[in-house]
Amino acid sequence: MIETLNKKLVRDLWNIKGQILAIIMVMACGIATFIMSFGVIDSLTLSRDVYYDRYQFANIFAQLKRAPQGIKQQVLDIPGVSAVEMRVVFGVTIQVDDMMEPASGKLISLPDGRVPLLNNIYLRSGRMLLPDEDDAILSSEAFAMAHGFSLGDKVSMVINGHRRALKIVGIVLSPEYVYSLGPGAIFPDDKRFGIFWMSQRALEAAVDMDGAFNDISIRMDRGANGENIKQELDIVLKPYGGLIAYDRSEQMSNWFVQNEMDQLRVMGFFAPVIFLAVSAFLINVVMTRQVATQRVQIGMLKAVGYTNGEISRHYLKMVLLVVVFGSIIGVGSGVWLGAGMTNMYTQFFHFPILKFSFSTEVMIFAVLFCTVSAVIGTLMAIRQAAILPPAEAMRPESPTSFRRTLLERIGAEKFFSYLFRIVIRHVERRPVRTLFSTVGVGLSMSILIFAFFMEDSIDYMMAVQFDMAQREDINLGFVEPRAIGALEEIRLMPGVIKAEPMRSVAVFLKSEHYAKRAAIMGLRPLPDLHRILDRDLKVAPVPPEGLALSSKLAEVLHVEVGDMLIAEVLEDRRPVLKIRVAEIVEEFIGLSAFMDMDQLNRHLNEGTVITGVSLMVDPLWNGPLFQKIKDIPAIAVMTILKKAREIFRDLMAENIMKMVVINVIFASLISFGVIYNTARIALSERGRELASLRVLGLTKGEVAYILFGEMIVIILMAIPVGLYLGYLMVLGMAQSMDTELFRIPVIIDKDTYGLSVIIVVVSAVLSFYLVWRQVDNIDLVSAQKGVE
Amino acid sequence: MAKVEKLNEKITFRTEGLTKDYVTGETVVQALRGVTLEIPEGDMVVLLGPSGSGKSTFLNIIGGLDSPTSGEVYFKKDKLSDYSEQQLTQFRRHNVGFVFQAYNLVPSLTALENVALVTDISLNPIPPIEAMEAVNLGDRARHFPSQLSGGEQQRVAIARAIAKRPEILLCDEPTGALDSETGIVVLKALQDVNKKYGTTTIIITHNAAIANMADRVIYFGDGQVVDMKVIGNPCSVEEISW
Repeated sequence: MIETLNKKLVRDLWNIKGQILAIIMVMACGIATFIMSFGVIDSLTLSRDVYYDRYQFANIFAQLKRAPQGIKQQVLDIPGVSAVEMRVVFGVTIQVDDMMEPASGKLISLPDGRVPLLNNIYLRSGRMLLPDEDDAILSSEAFAMAHGFSLGDKVSMVINGHRRALKIVGIVLSPEYVYSLGPGAIFPDDKRFGIFWMSQRALEAAVDMDGAFNDISIRMDRGANGENIKQELDIVLKPYGGLIAYDRSEQMSNWFVQNEMDQLRVMGFFAPVIFLAVSAFLINVVMTRQVATQRVQIGMLKAVGYTNGEISRHYLKMVLLVVVFGSIIGVGSGVWLGAGMTNMYTQFFHFPILKFSFSTEVMIFAVLFCTVSAVIGTLMAIRQAAILPPAEAMRPESPTSFRRTLLERIGAEKFFSYLFRIVIRHVERRPVRTLFSTVGVGLSMSILIFAFFMEDSIDYMMAVQFDMAQREDINLGFVEPRAIGALEEIRLMPGVIKAEPMRSVAVFLKSEHYAKRAAIMGLRPLPDLHRILDRDLKVAPVPPEGLALSSKLAEVLHVEVGDMLIAEVLEDRRPVLKIRVAEIVEEFIGLSAFMDMDQLNRHLNEGTVITGVSLMVDPLWNGPLFQKIKDIPAIAVMTILKKAREIFRDLMAENIMKMVVINVIFASLISFGVIYNTARIALSERGRELASLRVLGLTKGEVAYILFGEMIVIILMAIPVGLYLGYLMVLGMAQSMDTELFRIPVIIDKDTYGLSVIIVVVSAVLSFYLVWRQVDNIDLVSAQKGVE
Repeated sequence: MAKVEKLNEKITFRTEGLTKDYVTGETVVQALRGVTLEIPEGDMVVLLGPSGSGKSTFLNIIGGLDSPTSGEVYFKKDKLSDYSEQQLTQFRRHNVGFVFQAYNLVPSLTALENVALVTDISLNPIPPIEAMEAVNLGDRARHFPSQLSGGEQQRVAIARAIAKRPEILLCDEPTGALDSETGIVVLKALQDVNKKYGTTTIIITHNAAIANMADRVIYFGDGQVVDMKVIGNPCSVEEISW
């Protein structure tokens, strides 16, 4: 019916296409980030839930030293336990042809002749094990892929001191190892850590565990009390060297998946809110201007009989058209980004299937969210046009009232030129718009800071953790505690420059009702390789008495220096120690507790024993050294920190780079959208005024000064706002990532602040240029005649 | 004798004691101070009077663009002054054609589309192109307002106003922005429409010469009707001397 009005709509939009495009892009970013984040969360949730459900991921887990399988009934008798699976899990070192150093691995038993009740495995290719098949294994897909192993290949590993070559008959995945970290690793390294499954009877025989187990998984009845089960299980397992039982929330793989999803949820909420708030603001500004320039047209439309509803709908349609385009681009790029992000996750998370999928609800919600924000922005703008009586609307608007600004009223005007007075009066005339523009530009700056900070912080964290604290090249871990003499043997190995001992013991730390499982690491008083840092990140000596707790562990246990802690040792005779907190130290990775090694051994009533050695080595001798290490069955774990650092840096660099690029695009779109729109509207509002000034003899430069002066003032005001918002965002991010496994220090380099400001300034210059081309086109003569 | 005639005439507008006050800040401006008059159907009426005499306010009120402070307005049998905003909109939509001094065309629509803008919402419009032809602009239909002269734009505005077949055509200084030659073309168009469709036409002007083409001239002064003339034999536009 009113198709002519629709033609007007399309042409009017086309007339301000630059501004509309800027809004569409900002809006698209909002929708894209929403669809990406929630789509990825949905995809991860779906993959995880289906996987956990179909492959019977257990609810409660515990490790122990060794127990006879006969205690199974005792465990089943615990109320709420519906299934129990007892396994042998054994650490191995693996020799792979494509690596000089050995990899480490885990060998897990699979029941013979039946499907496991819990933690079942997904067969990607090949076949399952035959009962009692003793020379065959199933390999985790990630490890096999990292080394190019295929079915039938043999893997050489040292199991309990014996070298074995085992044939891969199947490539598998497990719900327990969606995310897998090798011992001592801080990120997944599929090349250096593999998981293998072997016939239970064959593994029992290989590691002298006949009829025994050292790992237990439990499925709970629906609605059962997990805490009770864990406590009862601990009582059952205590005589058998049971470590404290834990549930899914502490299961490493699950924890990482959950943690990632939690972070995505935060980002998936805040990013769209920022983008859509900015786009609603821009729509409001543009539509307000549109309504103002079309004031007379609106009056005419009302005069000829268009209803308020029809006119409001006309402007709403304009915005809805923008929403449609924003949604199409947003959904498209959201799906693209989501697929890319999901693909990135497949590097870390090993699911049988992880494909990006997003629900219609997510899309509908995103588009609805966007529509509502846009409509609110529009309604505020068209409300005034709708209430204006037609006769009044057709009269030209009275000159905008101006007043002397605050700065002038306090008598500072003598310092201002007339041109600057024009600028400053415009800034003050529309305080709300000025405020929103300032916040908008500030937000884009803060997004940039946020984008760049990750690199700053991770660089810093790496520098502190690996250049100051963990300076060793290699960590060796023994199968069992060894006498101190082992240190001397290792010191004599080829290429070893320095070797320092450590004594690590698993403990359950308690303070009042706070408790945490951790390891106490015994060190020499003044270690040179594995050092500890105080809270100012200065190298500190190991306290002669008491414990040095990492700040996060102290926080978890709610203790301070001077407090007493109970440490239940989870090894051998399991003594219970009372130890004073002597110092709080800083560590960005993990929960650590340090103690003087001799003192620790005294507490444990053992002689001078060590569980591992830190090494500084001459890389030229790596070949012979690694060969030698591979031949020592007593060494269970070897971590090459240098390699780990390099891989970590590469991995982070790649993924952070992608995020930085995306964030820079997002932020540039916001700052460009805000600045271009504000400048374009200033031109529209003041084109005639500026033309008059040109006629009066002002140069183009002076006119540009008036036109852009307002924006320049806004950008200058936005810099501190943006820097502060950026700092807050970084703080929020750091807090959301502050977990027991990992902490991100709030480090923002000056370069980051500088670069963020520069990018905003560049987008401002670009906006100015585009608007300036239109200023250039003002026809001085026709502008004076008052023809729009 | 004129009275007898009048009784047989149908009345389009009748006002009684119409007043309109504008309040701006602390001052009250009385734009109309009690206007009582009747406008017969099919007449071409010219409103004359100096600036600020209340002509436009009167026109806006009978056109349903504004409401009176007091007094009554009847459109035929209906009491316009009691209409709600929605009713006034419907009244304008279906009964009134407006021609403004500033043309008020939508710059982003072509001449023909500006006409279609109104026919889109009318019940029984004439095809837009016919309306364009009625003002002799059939060949300029696809031009945008910026490509038309002032007189052409005003004729498009007239085409837009008549395309809905309004019962009333209200013109607020339609020639005010035009030179005399162009003004004649525009007035001719208005007179043609009045004759062809019998549309009651009310024209505001400063130009007393235009009054000669009307059936009836109403003189406004200081918010009141100061005089009214019924012209028995209006001359055609071409005979007017400016």
